[in-house]
Amino acid sequence: MKARVLVRPKSGILDPQGQAVQRALPALGFTDVHEVRVGRLIELELDDPTRLDEMCERLLTNPLVEDYEVLLEEGARR
Amino acid sequence: MRFGVVRFPGSCDEVDAQLAASRVGEAVLLWHAERDLGRIDVVVVPGGFSYGDYLRPGAIARFAPVMDAIAEFARAGGPVLGICNGFQVLCEAGMLPGALLPNRGLRFVCRQPGVRVESTASPFTAALAVGERLSIPVKHTTGCYWAPEHQLDRLEAENRVVLRYCPGQNPNGSMRDIAGVCNEAGNVMGLMPHPEHAVDQLTGSADGLRLFESVAQALAPVAA
Repeated sequence: MKARVLVRPKSGILDPQGQAVQRALPALGFTDVHEVRVGRLIELELDDPTRLDEMCERLLTNPLVEDYEVLLEEGARR
Repeated sequence: MRFGVVRFPGSCDEVDAQLAASRVGEAVLLWHAERDLGRIDVVVVPGGFSYGDYLRPGAIARFAPVMDAIAEFARAGGPVLGICNGFQVLCEAGMLPGALLPNRGLRFVCRQPGVRVESTASPFTAALAVGERLSIPVKHTTGCYWAPEHQLDRLEAENRVVLRYCPGQNPNGSMRDIAGVCNEAGNVMGLMPHPEHAVDQLTGSADGLRLFESVAQALAPVAA
């Protein structure tokens, strides 16, 4: 099965990438964007999704500074 | 006095660290797949891009076989110095508090800031004096030190902020100008500046050598 893990900087953590993107958008005429946060997407193909949280906490994210969200393909259960 | 300098795939400052350490003692390289450190008195986790910095700097290196041995060495009180990527590795491994985030300005920085000694609680600064100003180069993209406010308060109260960038010279947006911290016991220290690149006046400063001299002195007070 397929799983996706969305990783983003925790709220309150400085995100210079997001700020740089936010500053670049008005130059292209997109003037109504109030906040941009840049994170990363990790796609996994795996058999057993029950240990995904452990994977996220031990390797895929740094829990001190990042939040994550696990998305499973439709119909799958954890 | 025998230093062990770790070499991960992607390390690039291990040879300079070895040369710096060899000015005060013997220095050997430790391959990342080693499980046994052998007879080592001080461990240096050097700068570079271990495992390509994939995922996050230090995230994969912390699981290298040699890291278990280093954690064991540190638990027994052995001095461990993490420089730049080595600092990131020690934070990821939970051996030091906090995390290193991308520089506030998003750019790679390479300059020689003034760094103030804030604590002599670590063997790497025990022979220095609080308030001394060192000139040591930095070169990194992910060097903005971050920890929750309450943890920063605690680090300061426990005298564990070892080095700070001098006023106005913080190159990366680190909270409270922190350039280096140590663990509770003081024997594990991490810093973003590169003391191994400042060991000879020929390259502008020999201040970095003093950290190596300090640990050598701390371990062998009689011989020193």
